Amino acid sequence: MLANFMAWIDKRLPVTDAWNKHLAQYPAPKNFNFWYFFGSLAMLVLVNQILTGVWLTMSYEPSGDGAFASVEYIMRDVDYGWLLRYMHSTGASAFFIVVYLHMMRGLMYGSYQKPRELLWIFGMLIFLVLMAEAFMGYLLPWGNMSYWGAQVIISLFGTIPIIGDDLTLWIRGDYVISGATLNRFFALHVIAMPLVLVILVFLHILALHEVGSNNPEGTDVKKPKGSIKPEDQSKFKFHKQYTDKYDIVDAIPFHPYYSVKDIMGVAGFLIIFCWVMFFAPDGGGYFIEAPNFEPANGLKTPEHIVPVWYFGPFFTVLRIVPDPLFGTMAMFGAIIVLFLLPWFDRGVVKSVKYRSKLHFINLTQFSISFIVLGVLGTMPATPTANLIGIVAAFGYFGFFVALWVYSKNEKCKPVPERVSH
Amino acid sequence: MKNFIKAFVFGLATVSISVLASSGGANLDHANNDLTDKESLKNGFKTYINYCLGCHQLQYQRYNRTFKDLGIEEADGVENYMYTGEKAGDHITNTMPTKEAAKWFGSAPPDLTLEARLRSPDWIYTYLRSFYMDDKRPFGVNNKVFKDVGMPHVLQDLQGVSSVDEHGNITPAMGGSLTTEEYDIVVRDLTNFLEYVGEPSKLERESMGYNVLIFLFIFFIISYFLKKEYWKDVH
Repeated sequence: MLANFMAWIDKRLPVTDAWNKHLAQYPAPKNFNFWYFFGSLAMLVLVNQILTGVWLTMSYEPSGDGAFASVEYIMRDVDYGWLLRYMHSTGASAFFIVVYLHMMRGLMYGSYQKPRELLWIFGMLIFLVLMAEAFMGYLLPWGNMSYWGAQVIISLFGTIPIIGDDLTLWIRGDYVISGATLNRFFALHVIAMPLVLVILVFLHILALHEVGSNNPEGTDVKKPKGSIKPEDQSKFKFHKQYTDKYDIVDAIPFHPYYSVKDIMGVAGFLIIFCWVMFFAPDGGGYFIEAPNFEPANGLKTPEHIVPVWYFGPFFTVLRIVPDPLFGTMAMFGAIIVLFLLPWFDRGVVKSVKYRSKLHFINLTQFSISFIVLGVLGTMPATPTANLIGIVAAFGYFGFFVALWVYSKNEKCKPVPERVSH
Repeated sequence: MKNFIKAFVFGLATVSISVLASSGGANLDHANNDLTDKESLKNGFKTYINYCLGCHQLQYQRYNRTFKDLGIEEADGVENYMYTGEKAGDHITNTMPTKEAAKWFGSAPPDLTLEARLRSPDWIYTYLRSFYMDDKRPFGVNNKVFKDVGMPHVLQDLQGVSSVDEHGNITPAMGGSLTTEEYDIVVRDLTNFLEYVGEPSKLERESMGYNVLIFLFIFFIISYFLKKEYWKDVH
């Protein structure tokens, strides 16, 4: 009965074939480690954000007069509204944590290198859209930090010569941030951005499956057809799209092996996620900032206006440059260099395991610089903080410059042909 | 493996940044609230209605929700906590005109529904115990925690008045109807109530949290063994 039904479907839409190609017969390297959980976790958080978002939208009122009260209505009068809201607000921070770790994985194992440049670009576009999505979402509770945070970020566009003022006016839809701004941010946050995000995620995965997954060794599990003796090939059955062109070694089908492994990852992630969500939903003042418990007030500036923690690194880069225009350019530059990473790195060895000591040091200092920039971004600006910020920004941008210089003739260890374990 | 450990440390460092607790609120006394203490919450509610509500609304909180959470029968609540003929399902509001109020006090008295989340319970507890005499202020009082606050010392009948000695320390209050210990209890109950109002679902949230975490731990163990079972084919 079911077989007949599937046959009927498959004649009209290749569902079984797609299932096999992307899941049940997709060759995934068998040596994925801890760092490979974050892709599926990012997907989980995306689904969480979309589902809780839909239900929040049912009770939220996108207007300057009603937004703040409607959030409290959700927190008090809607059944389990507080749960939906905390799942969404904690999910926003969790999204950035898993995405940052996912990106770190790419950096460590060279997953951005040829032939995965486009895959990396799609990932970076997801990151960019995610930042826009989070920024607009943060205005919606219409708290005072929402208001002033948006005020600061939107005014950045005003630093652009000639068109700056008109551009900020166009973004806000008003001369100040107002209900008009809130309404358009709502539209973009609940429709435009999520739609783009889902499409980009789809493309990200398609691009991944076209070139195949990298792994901690940085070796290829797809070898030229005919180069591997049959007894040395992976014993599992893979889709003919892969086996027609390649001999597959050291790989296992994504489903069920990585689906069960990722379920374990999900369980582990949810323990931490739920622990924060149920026992510290404001994340120590970082996930929900205290001034946001007071409605937006254009006449009352919070003591320290700092964006939410996940914008911290980029905000610090903006702040350490005295000139606003150059600061804005530096901030966008910090994101653009990430886009161009596949071309900064001229090396052929992917994994940090087999690259030079210098590369390991460079990557380490980059991670530390990024974290330092992030921490500074959540703190009020002081001369000392500024000085540390400048050093960290040099570390951040220096990573790319240094990488470009040494990667051409880098002294790497020999990369094994096969995954060792 | 060595690399994996290094890698893991990177990750941990990144995550721990986000968990860094925010400090601040130096020199505040501890309210030591207990949201399960319904008697304390009821006392705080009563104090709020009698002393605070005239100026400060709780416009996001409803009477009947409060009755339910504090274990007050609705009929009882309507009789003892509602003086101005609202319905039990109404929000806890007053009729003070905002514009006029801003003229009277310098700025309109803020809504206090979320005050405990905006400033912290300890801040409220300390603030209400930090009024002192200051002839330069319109109502004759100033506050150590909130300098030049526009509000009079509404609980002065209970606490009496303090003044500041030459070292800038507050002297014990004189002339109130309550002793210092009794007054601290009144303020603590009020603070407890305001913490409750700030997030009425807090107790429910935490008790649900324990159940969810217990479930997840079991789920994690099962998923671990499931993974191990499947991966036997791989190694």
